[in-house]
Amino acid sequence: MITRRTTLSAGLGAAALAVLPLKVAASAVDEAITRFTGGAAISDGGITVIAPEIAENGESVPVEIDAPGASEIMILATGNPTPAVVRVRFGEASGTSRLATRLRLGETQDVVALAKMPDGSVLRGATEVRVTIGGCGG
Amino acid sequence: MSNVRPRIRLPRSAKAGDVVQVRTLISHPMETGNRRDTDGSVIPRQIINRFTCEYAGKIVLEAELEISVAANPYFEFDVKVEESGDFVFTWHDDDGSVYSETERLELS
Repeated sequence: MITRRTTLSAGLGAAALAVLPLKVAASAVDEAITRFTGGAAISDGGITVIAPEIAENGESVPVEIDAPGASEIMILATGNPTPAVVRVRFGEASGTSRLATRLRLGETQDVVALAKMPDGSVLRGATEVRVTIGGCGG
Repeated sequence: MSNVRPRIRLPRSAKAGDVVQVRTLISHPMETGNRRDTDGSVIPRQIINRFTCEYAGKIVLEAELEISVAANPYFEFDVKVEESGDFVFTWHDDDGSVYSETERLELS
């Protein structure tokens, strides 16, 4: 028998299911961030993330991170199933804490960069990239 | 893995104390393990999972790569050169292969 109540609860269940993948993705991002920071507090700024506003092809999106003074950086594609992209430790022969590379982006999303500073603090920068054709296709 | 070819771009000349730009690229499919072939079977993951650069015996950078690095991994970065020396680049493949490239920079 279909009553108003059962219809409502079925609707709520469907809504909860629809939200679930987003929650999973968010926690994958959180996990990747915690692996990098070791739980240290994160402050915004002091790090530049340069990426195109619109990427026609998500298979190869140029991204440049500039984090003056950082000893280590990590790039996260927050909308990808595997959000951690690359983690780089700069050694003593490094000239600047700058890195340019190319990412795969599955959909429109924020590209986030974290930088570990020598005093143990962590900086965060981000920029949104709108992706026309996703780069994680099968 | 075959057909893997590293390419390096260094400045032609530099002086002691300069910060020089280095560009590297290695031809590699960076197979994510999420794709299927035409028969529907999963194509196994095979990526470059680690890249390192040293100059004159000192570490420039060490990178840990995941599947969201685009095919043909490209890295551009800056190196402080204090003396003439060898650049040593290494790429580590999931299949255990290590690809290495050495290029010398003589300071003027």
